[in-house]
Amino acid sequence: MDDMIRKTYVQVTADFYPDGRMRPTLITWYDGRKFPIDRIKDIRRAASLKAGGVGIRYTCMILGRECYLFYEENYQWFVEEKVMR
Amino acid sequence: MRTILHSDMNNCYASIELLHHPEFRGRPLAVGGDPEARHGIVLAKDQLAKAAGVKTGMALWQARQVCPDIVFVPPRMELYLRFSRLAREIYAEYTDCQEAFGVDESWLDVTYSSRCRGDGLSIAREINARVKDELGITVSIGVSWNKIFAKFGSDYKKPDAITVIDRDNYRDIVWTKPAEDLLYVGRSTRVRLNRAGIFTIGDIARSDPEYLHRLLGKMGYVLHMFATGEDQTPVNNESYEVPVKSIGNSTTTPRDLVCDQDVKIIIYVLAESVSARLRENNFRCNVVEISVRDNGLFTYTKQTKIERSTDITEEIAVVAYGLFRASYDWHSPIRSVGVRACDLVESTVPVQLDMFSDEDMRQKKHDLDQTIDEIRNRFGYRSVQRGMMYLDRSLSSLNAKEDNTVHPHSYFEDGNRTGSDRYGT
Repeated sequence: MDDMIRKTYVQVTADFYPDGRMRPTLITWYDGRKFPIDRIKDIRRAASLKAGGVGIRYTCMILGRECYLFYEENYQWFVEEKVMR
Repeated sequence: MRTILHSDMNNCYASIELLHHPEFRGRPLAVGGDPEARHGIVLAKDQLAKAAGVKTGMALWQARQVCPDIVFVPPRMELYLRFSRLAREIYAEYTDCQEAFGVDESWLDVTYSSRCRGDGLSIAREINARVKDELGITVSIGVSWNKIFAKFGSDYKKPDAITVIDRDNYRDIVWTKPAEDLLYVGRSTRVRLNRAGIFTIGDIARSDPEYLHRLLGKMGYVLHMFATGEDQTPVNNESYEVPVKSIGNSTTTPRDLVCDQDVKIIIYVLAESVSARLRENNFRCNVVEISVRDNGLFTYTKQTKIERSTDITEEIAVVAYGLFRASYDWHSPIRSVGVRACDLVESTVPVQLDMFSDEDMRQKKHDLDQTIDEIRNRFGYRSVQRGMMYLDRSLSSLNAKEDNTVHPHSYFEDGNRTGSDRYGT
């Protein structure tokens, strides 16, 4: 276990539907890389014990990998970033 | 029979901070006031700090003495209130009958929810699991048929536990515990009970209520009801709002106050906050009260009735400052000051005018205050200030209204509803 988890706020592009739903579609990483969200598998309120935060958790498929994206309700989004020690 | 849950967030503030600071997990942690602004006491601590002997209310330096590797983090009230709101949102999915007792505790009456949500224990399990998943902190829940035993249950096993106190086990669980574990048995009540040979909650329950009444007055009946589980106090509805009895603000100042001018600045800051809250809630007050604590922690309060009910900042400040001038001799510097408006009436209540006071002027002052409220609501608290505040920026920097915190209400805030009046008082 050389990886450490860091709470990283990210830029998110989202679609807002006429019925009031909101779906994130694209994550823009801090170095400018863009990661389209292919699919959202689950949406629920959850805590991130690893990164340290609480929000609405979107379980997203990005490049075939599953990852969590949290909406903190203060208009900020964060992910659990893996960083090498 | 009712089914009542009492849910208590374990080490609420400290748990929330630990959740947000994964790097501190495994180390003793305390939430403490800002040592720079001299609110240097422990407000909350986690399990590890508690085990090391850190107590709420200790000065930060004392806490470091008993627990050298302790981490202090400054409090973030908005964050805790957000968690409190999120927890209440979860509770609301199980009942519309919930009553908060401070920021981190709530009673839930789930009597009528059991048909669709299962019995008390299964609801408690669900809530316990959901809070853990969704908020990342733990709750202890007590399940019983009355509010007192439900609260007792949530205190009985911590953290992250559920205790059911029913008709079969309450004698074993509750009655064997010392009398002071019961809500509203404080130090002096305990001493009086002990002197009468009453040491456990069971002893209270087995005593003759008339005897307890002679011993403790009205509270004797109440404690007997508490101890026997006969307390009938209902859980307030979610939408129920407690009638406000008084509005007050107090603050420990960033530095000791050493002269009248210092106190005047603080009193005006507090009076602005108190009167703004009066206006916000459409109240006027008939009594103004001040509380003063010197740096030896000696505290006193003074109050006075004012001639006509008011919500005007200046009138409240002048009365409060007058009270202070008349009551304090500057034997030592002052550490904390409070202003409170009591004996509230609704602002629509008609007022008797007289010939000698200038009502036009009062109306103008009232309008001015309201305009300032509006400006501050739109552009922030610091957008408009009294010139006096520039005499000492370090003192006037506090925003009493927004920094105002929430304190638990009294169990009897809505009167005695235990059912103890059947004894006739």
